[in-house]
Amino acid sequence: MINQRETNNTIVKIENAIVSYREDVALRDVSLEVKRGEFVGIIGPNGAGKTTLLTLINGLGKLLEGRVWVLGNSINRGSVNGVRKRIGYVSQLQNIDPRMPINVHEVVMVGRYGKLGLFRRPNKRDHDIVDRTLELVGMSHLAKRPIGHLSGGEQQRVAIARALTQEPEIFLLDEPTASLDWRAQLELLELIKIIHEYQNLTTLFVTHDLNALPDICDRVVLMKNGKIWHQGKPEEVLKTDILSQLYDAPILIQEHEGKRVFIKAS
Amino acid sequence: MQNAILAAFLGGVACATIGVFIVLMGISFIGVCLSHAAFAGAILGVLLGFNPLLGAFLFSLGTAAIIGPLASRGELNLDTSIGVLFSLMLGLAFIFMGLMSGPKTEMLGLLWGSILTVTRTDLILLGIVASAVVALVVLFYKEIQAVIFNREIALAVGIPASLILYGILFLTGSTITVSLSPIGGLLIFSLIINPAAAAYQLTYSLKKMFLLSAIFGIVSGWIGLLASYLFNVPSGAAIIVASSLIFGLAALFSPKRKIKRWRVKDEPSRVL
Repeated sequence: MINQRETNNTIVKIENAIVSYREDVALRDVSLEVKRGEFVGIIGPNGAGKTTLLTLINGLGKLLEGRVWVLGNSINRGSVNGVRKRIGYVSQLQNIDPRMPINVHEVVMVGRYGKLGLFRRPNKRDHDIVDRTLELVGMSHLAKRPIGHLSGGEQQRVAIARALTQEPEIFLLDEPTASLDWRAQLELLELIKIIHEYQNLTTLFVTHDLNALPDICDRVVLMKNGKIWHQGKPEEVLKTDILSQLYDAPILIQEHEGKRVFIKAS
Repeated sequence: MQNAILAAFLGGVACATIGVFIVLMGISFIGVCLSHAAFAGAILGVLLGFNPLLGAFLFSLGTAAIIGPLASRGELNLDTSIGVLFSLMLGLAFIFMGLMSGPKTEMLGLLWGSILTVTRTDLILLGIVASAVVALVVLFYKEIQAVIFNREIALAVGIPASLILYGILFLTGSTITVSLSPIGGLLIFSLIINPAAAAYQLTYSLKKMFLLSAIFGIVSGWIGLLASYLFNVPSGAAIIVASSLIFGLAALFSPKRKIKRWRVKDEPSRVL
């Protein structure tokens, strides 16, 4: 049974997924396959079902119909804790109480907790992994700071570090750069790129902001009204007419130093 | 008096420890809600002729069991559902009381507790629950820490977060039930919130917060007992005042507030 569906290095397979929250249908008959090592960007307007698609992969979303296989396991309602331990998940910036009595090192250690299981305490190896990861994201100097005292960009770096200490095979990023300033956005995207390349991850990156889409995407999935509306290589789908239709708003693309810049035309 | 000192110690530890969860998760209202559920259950027990303690347990754990799924599904605002259940429990308590014949002073006494005349059974139960609370916090410290920090993240890293949340609610219900008769339905609330809120003012370490909260819980109980003995005032009320004073002092000398003041002072000089 295990690995039966993981043919051709497919690491995620979603078949005819339907997800509904009360009266709204969040996903309508969505199918998607992701291969090991791929960097998939998922874009679309608000409410298109991008986040719902991600939550199907780590089992946080409730599937009404259809099937999902992740890392060779069928994801059903209930016990998916085993698979979740192998998936790093970073959501958009959370509102953290500045007085919360938990420091940066402890927050990153939470990533180890699932792997450790109940009744086991973090040992030296776990602490080493946390220290190394904090160094990788450039946050070592803030390890002892209360998490609520960090800036938004710093908190997102810590969130990435937390996901990485899980030693994940799949990396899910849900609008990680939302509400960050421009410099923090650029730095975070650079970090995500480096991590994807050096850690051999399979990454799914959700954003509604076209300019926050990393330029290393192997594939871009365009979502609209709970459906996958279009998908393909970035150069095939990131075009003025397609994007303008996707967002129902005129969008211009300009080249700047070899990079695409998306402009909302009024 | 010896029993009262021991009851204040055990109640202080149990209530102040669960207070840390409640304060950090921002659900302070749950204390009043569950204590009134226990109160209603106890009265129903007396009314129908079974052990009031059993009724109190059934009602407070039952209410906690309703709040749990509501909280984890997030379908209803947690505060709203706790509020609805609280008023329902208060209503039930007074209906049950209205149905009862004879004097009701004993029942109303449950709201204020009777720490000075605490029974041996009360002490044993309080001892069991206080030990269980401390043991479970030590045993599941890392899971509790993760759930307190962020339930969604705890779930996403593969921690059975809902189970831990239900465990926390179950402990809260149990602590409140066994504290009802010795400490009283109204007093429990201050003994849950004040020590934890005071500890929250003073530290950025969760371990220290648990420790400080327990110390504050015990000290409030003891100062209250002493004051009630010296000035001949009701012990329950004295304990409430003592725990509030400790909170006031902690808030006044909180290093977390100092940082804020420093920033405010610092701003204008930089502008100039």
